[in-house]
Amino acid sequence: MKDRILEVRGLDVDYGLGPDAVRAVRDVDLTLHRGEVLGLAGESGSGKSTLAYGMTRLLPPPGVVAGGEVIYHLDDGTTVDLLRMRDADLRRLRWAEIAIVFQGAINSLNPVQRISAQLMDVLKAHSAGSTPQSRQDRARELLSLVGIASDRLHSYPHQLSGGMRQRVMIAMALALEPRVVIMDEPTTALDVVVQRQILRTLVGLRERLGFSVVFITHDLSLLAEFSDRIAIMYAGQVVEEAVSADLYRTPLHPYSDGLLRSFPALKGPRRELSGIPGSPPDLRMMPSGCAFHPRCPRALDVCDEQVPVLGQSRDNRSVACWLHPVAVS
Amino acid sequence: MRTNAKALTGVIMLVVFVLLAVIGPWIAPFDPSMRSNALLQPPSSMHWFGTTHLGQDIFSQVLAGTRSVVFVGAVAGVVATVLSVLVGITAGYLSGTASEGLSALSNVFLVIPALPLIIIITSSLPETSNLTIALVIGLTSWAWNARVLRAQTLSLRRRDYVEAARANGESTWRIILFEILPNLYAVIASGFVGTVLFAVISEITLAFIGVSDAGGWNWGTVLYWAQSQQALAQGAWWWFVPAGLAIALLGTSLSLVNFGIDEYVNPRLRTRFSMRGVRMRVGFTPVLAKETS
Repeated sequence: MKDRILEVRGLDVDYGLGPDAVRAVRDVDLTLHRGEVLGLAGESGSGKSTLAYGMTRLLPPPGVVAGGEVIYHLDDGTTVDLLRMRDADLRRLRWAEIAIVFQGAINSLNPVQRISAQLMDVLKAHSAGSTPQSRQDRARELLSLVGIASDRLHSYPHQLSGGMRQRVMIAMALALEPRVVIMDEPTTALDVVVQRQILRTLVGLRERLGFSVVFITHDLSLLAEFSDRIAIMYAGQVVEEAVSADLYRTPLHPYSDGLLRSFPALKGPRRELSGIPGSPPDLRMMPSGCAFHPRCPRALDVCDEQVPVLGQSRDNRSVACWLHPVAVS
Repeated sequence: MRTNAKALTGVIMLVVFVLLAVIGPWIAPFDPSMRSNALLQPPSSMHWFGTTHLGQDIFSQVLAGTRSVVFVGAVAGVVATVLSVLVGITAGYLSGTASEGLSALSNVFLVIPALPLIIIITSSLPETSNLTIALVIGLTSWAWNARVLRAQTLSLRRRDYVEAARANGESTWRIILFEILPNLYAVIASGFVGTVLFAVISEITLAFIGVSDAGGWNWGTVLYWAQSQQALAQGAWWWFVPAGLAIALLGTSLSLVNFGIDEYVNPRLRTRFSMRGVRMRVGFTPVLAKETS
């Protein structure tokens, strides 16, 4: 077993306070190992981004973390809980240890600043001893790392293409050599060719630099190819977690199965595309029992009465579904 | 929707001032100009804010003066706001000569020094009434807001929803009234409040240097007499403190109302999500303690 680097335990995230609060992420457990790519997939509104921002405490108001722990393992073997850190410590840890690539590079880059200035900003803020020259060298190095010619260093964001801007964002996230990079739909706005290029770059970089990635997307086909493990989210809960090849070949949860049947496979036997009928539940009025049962083609009687828990069923697979009861241990 | 404490405080203060403006001269215990034998008395149960060197009741002067202050502020504010909206939005929405012309007009009014102009105009008029002062202030103070509105309109007129309305064949007036104007309410409202404040301070400044409605009272006249009779040197703090405080309170109430308008118009500023012990901040999501969750 590889070392753990980030552990989420029982995380609850709410929008709003008091009686009006809506629970967008419910009792989520996730483990990220060193050097691993963990994919988070699910429909729009399933809580993927909320989970990522909640565990890094970047969720804007009215979001609040209602409970749980987010344990980060530092290099020296000690652990810290991100939810109980002082602001100054959290600020120091961010970017240096855990970096985020946000959705939409167009909005994340400042249009009136050269990308060199934006890249060097973070170096200036986090490494006190650096000189302007060393920062510039590092910025140049970062750009070449993500495959952008270093003469683009002094460009403005509008002078770069969408793919290049996204690469700049990735370079920026890697600036301080973080151990964990959280990527929130980094390639959603790009066409499939550029998507693939960027993911290639990312996977190559991960092998060279050895960071772990939490990759959030609704595109399961991307994850099946690039990630080591996949967690499927539905209505704020993780409903299935598995090694990506296993999940791709034999999805256990009917929701994962539905997601996989929503796009055609390029190789292997032909199968029917079915999609998932209905739409995700209203978080203010969650169905009783399993949140997925109203849409589930294989629902049992027990499904609308009791909530299935995520646990190990057979073959070391984690799934929250009554079709695959948790092995009693 | 929860009531906004700031706005509510501001509105209550403002209502009190408006109420005093209406009934102030009637409920004043003395005629503000009436002399008595109680010369330069400190505050007492008889004269709440003390008396002047002529034995006039300062409480009555401040009460009676509220009407003129509120009247000039409101009239000048309305006149300047209407002008700035007309000129600013038109200049921003139109292009070409009309826009340039209106722009140039606001630039000209922007550099005209308001106070000297007001002094010249009021001294050339046969009679200095509150209305003339209000109109002159209103007519000279619209330019800054017009420029702000023009800049804002310029950025709004190329937004996609405005372009869509234009492509739909909406009339120019409909686009301006329904697509652009609602986005400008906060700017217009803050411009109005700012102009009212400016008008009040201008009127008081004018009265302080002796240009005022003949025979009438306002807070500036009180300060004028306090200054000319060297109230400070005589230690007669009660002469100028009430009027100064009234000006500050009126300004505070207007600013509080302005905050309220901002939050009402801009949904993003609404602070609906608050609970004791939880501070919402961008970048550091609060973590609720176990007991409250």
